[in-house]
Amino acid sequence: MTGPEDTASHDLGAPTERVRVTSPRTDAMRQRRTTAASEIDAQTDLGEVYMTSLLRAQGRLAVQVLGVVVVVVGGLPLALRLESGLTTTMVLGMPLSWVVLAFGIYPVLWGLAWYYVRAAERNERDFVDVVERD
Amino acid sequence: MRSGYGVTAIVIVSLATLAIGAYGWRFSRTTSDFFVASRSVRPALNASAIGGEYLSAASFLGVAGLVLAFGADMLWYPVGWTAGYLVLLVLVAAPLRRSGAYTLPDFAEARLESRAVRSTSSVLVVAVGWLYLMPQFQGAGLSLGTVAGTDPWVGGVVVGIVVLVNVFFGGMRSITFVQAFQYWLKLTAILVPALFLLQVWLGDGAPSPADPSVAAGGIPGDVWANPLTSGNGYPLYTTYSLIIATFLGTMGLPHVVVRFYTNPDGRTARRTTLVVLGLLGLFYVVPPVYGALGRLYAPDLVASGATDTVVLELPSRMLPGLGGDLLSALTAAGAFAAFLSTSSGLTVAVAGVLSQDVTGRLFSGVRAFQAAAVVAVAVPLLMAVSAEGVGVARAVGLAFALAASTFCPLLVLGIWWRRLTDVGAISGMLAGGALAGTAVVVVLVDGTPPGLLGAVVSQPAAVTVPIAFCVMVLVSLATPSRLPANLSRTMVRLHTPESVDLDRGPLPP
Repeated sequence: MTGPEDTASHDLGAPTERVRVTSPRTDAMRQRRTTAASEIDAQTDLGEVYMTSLLRAQGRLAVQVLGVVVVVVGGLPLALRLESGLTTTMVLGMPLSWVVLAFGIYPVLWGLAWYYVRAAERNERDFVDVVERD
Repeated sequence: MRSGYGVTAIVIVSLATLAIGAYGWRFSRTTSDFFVASRSVRPALNASAIGGEYLSAASFLGVAGLVLAFGADMLWYPVGWTAGYLVLLVLVAAPLRRSGAYTLPDFAEARLESRAVRSTSSVLVVAVGWLYLMPQFQGAGLSLGTVAGTDPWVGGVVVGIVVLVNVFFGGMRSITFVQAFQYWLKLTAILVPALFLLQVWLGDGAPSPADPSVAAGGIPGDVWANPLTSGNGYPLYTTYSLIIATFLGTMGLPHVVVRFYTNPDGRTARRTTLVVLGLLGLFYVVPPVYGALGRLYAPDLVASGATDTVVLELPSRMLPGLGGDLLSALTAAGAFAAFLSTSSGLTVAVAGVLSQDVTGRLFSGVRAFQAAAVVAVAVPLLMAVSAEGVGVARAVGLAFALAASTFCPLLVLGIWWRRLTDVGAISGMLAGGALAGTAVVVVLVDGTPPGLLGAVVSQPAAVTVPIAFCVMVLVSLATPSRLPANLSRTMVRLHTPESVDLDRGPLPP
């Protein structure tokens, strides 16, 4: 897949190898530029930090979206039991509860999915930006 | 509703399925074509194919029948089958595609680096697949019986043969075209008659199905239309257990999972799922309309227990003459498309697993896949012929519960939790599988006990899913030395976008 977002890394040439740096002030540090991608490949502590931050971001997003599902959809049976207005109000000849379950819930689910896809792709773009920066 | 039009419609659908499949045969050359259509299916086509594959006999006939018989609580079935895709999207879709594996056992082996996990998953994939295939063949027998008056086994054999011919020659590539066609056929076949029926209802001044004066099967309309009123004494437990089974079971259905490998990459896997959610929502608003109108125009079906045929019967009952017969024929065509597409998808998925783990030792490449397809169809067909009378939607519901109790914890923990071990995964799947499997057997032999235990057995997910998760987590924590060696590389492969040039370790075999 080539998208507009992956044009940044091509000026680096051959893949960089792992470099042992003994002191931050040596010449090696200034000559060899390392990318976050190579840190991840070498499984350094820094590479793990990048991976953890991606996983955290995506995980947090998943928990947010599923949290809304649990509250809204999971709360519905309880609301239907406790709030009798939902079953006595009539819409289109049917109780409101029936209309919500049969028709109204689908746009909500789709809206959540749409939000998730956008946010997940944004998280990935942020990750790509960080990892491919010098 | 016996008419020549219905039989003609079924013949046309079967022939069209074979013809469109034959169009796909020309492209199927390699093993990869057979398994995953060489991973080159675009989101719009793939989403139609997923929708076509997913909308089974239970969706097309079963939902309307359940709503007609039991009322508002049954609306949770279509809601759960749709929301299952949202959970799948959020937790599984992109990482599953990025894992690069063909089947669920491939994923399990790649993630946990253990042959034993692979074998356990293979057995469970075949079990879930066959449990899901059996009611498809039974539903086909029921429909052909309604339309043409044939014996119950005839419809199942017809569907089995058509599926086998297509899978045999074209594999996944050919199936993709067939299923995309069948989604749109099914939507047309259920939506167009529904619009006519609604017009009849509005025109003839009939009361609302929720009116207390409307009594079908001895239940007044207002009781029928209200949720949490259905009969087993534990409606709140049953509703929540159904929600858990359908929301979490979708991701573990073998024919759903296999479809994700046909996406080009993780990002398109997500976008495909988003389109699927739209397509499913569009379809599922229609079946309840049949269920509700059935209260007014076909109340005798409730008394005779033939509620599964309401979609087939209603058009010819509400519209006299040729128009009604043609619309009934259209719904019969849609129902047959539902059996054909879901059976095709399940056959490909089960055959994929069987060919890698069983017939692969006897034959090579495409031959092994074809031999496996024969086994994958023959066994559930025999089950369907020998064990009649388990409701279509009921058997499908049990398949969801079994999938939610085994593959859901494996996928969710495998993707999001680093400390999962092979021993933990096997223990969790065995615990969930044994408990849910026992419930399945008890329901199938009709030995459901009374009381709360009976409610748990007939809808086990709310108990078995948490147990499976707990066992998997606790055993994994107790066996930290079993962590897979390439864990970090695997997590990189599952979660990073393909556009970044990273070392993702070796691809699964």
